[in-house]
Amino acid sequence: MARVVVDVMPKPEILDPQGKAVTGALARLGFAGVSVRQGKRFELEVDGELTPERLAEVHRAAETLLANTVIESFVVHAEEPGTAPAQVVD
Amino acid sequence: MAARIGVVTFPGSLDDHDALRAVRLSGGEPVPLWHGSDTLDGVDAVILPGGFSYGDYLRCGAISRFAPVMGEVIAAADAGMPVLGICNGFQILCEAHLLPGALIRNDVRTFVCRDQRLRVESADTTWTSDFTAGDEITIVLKNGEGGYVADEETLRRLEGEGQVVFRYLDGNPNGSFHDIAGITNARGNVVGLMPHPEHNVDPLTGPSTDGVPFFTSVLSFLSAKV
Repeated sequence: MARVVVDVMPKPEILDPQGKAVTGALARLGFAGVSVRQGKRFELEVDGELTPERLAEVHRAAETLLANTVIESFVVHAEEPGTAPAQVVD
Repeated sequence: MAARIGVVTFPGSLDDHDALRAVRLSGGEPVPLWHGSDTLDGVDAVILPGGFSYGDYLRCGAISRFAPVMGEVIAAADAGMPVLGICNGFQILCEAHLLPGALIRNDVRTFVCRDQRLRVESADTTWTSDFTAGDEITIVLKNGEGGYVADEETLRRLEGEGQVVFRYLDGNPNGSFHDIAGITNARGNVVGLMPHPEHNVDPLTGPSTDGVPFFTSVLSFLSAKV
């Protein structure tokens, strides 16, 4: 069993109303000088060994469903204990 | 024989019954379609209605776009069948890449519900041929995620090719680029918009009946085709 994390963020040029609302709330709470953009984190438990093929499959899943690449970018991180973390950036 | 117009019900659709009723009041034969079905029951056109399909989980329309019936809708749209996406249906059409761009949360960060003035920019689609370009109409708008966005090149193409079908008047309610309320594909058979024409077909329940031409347009198109 391996864990793969997919982080999805709105592209920089896309307005992020949720992030703006959080930024405003933080300012009201006294956390000055902080600007927030809000994204999504997906944790995928992947059965079996995390081969490059499996990782590529997760990348395809992210591209197909988890992110809308018209407005979002995503990063896939493998978090398998005992191996060097792999990373695929889109 | 009246043209058969299908309306897809997804889990969480709200306005499927109003869309079916609008079809009936306009002289078509309404056909309820189910998201889990892999057939379109031989309909002549399809409407994807408003609502919150799959609870808007992940992104509006992202999960519905892969519903079994959508495979058929996409194939039929590619073959030229008229398809109209209203609100959540517009979001589904964008997620399915039948229309370019995407809908994001309103820049005003609130749900917007109002009688919205629109300008018809193109009568050159199967769903707007009974309008005249330049017509100003009032249609109900009600959404939280109606901000239309697309990259510069897509916007240039939409504007250049006359694929912007409706534009907001009297103020942009949600931050949509170029005040875009609705667009069409290059062929003009697939139209998506955020406002709800199916709510504006009966003087009893709306300030205008400006939604009627959407349905009569597609019925004229289909009767001319036979």
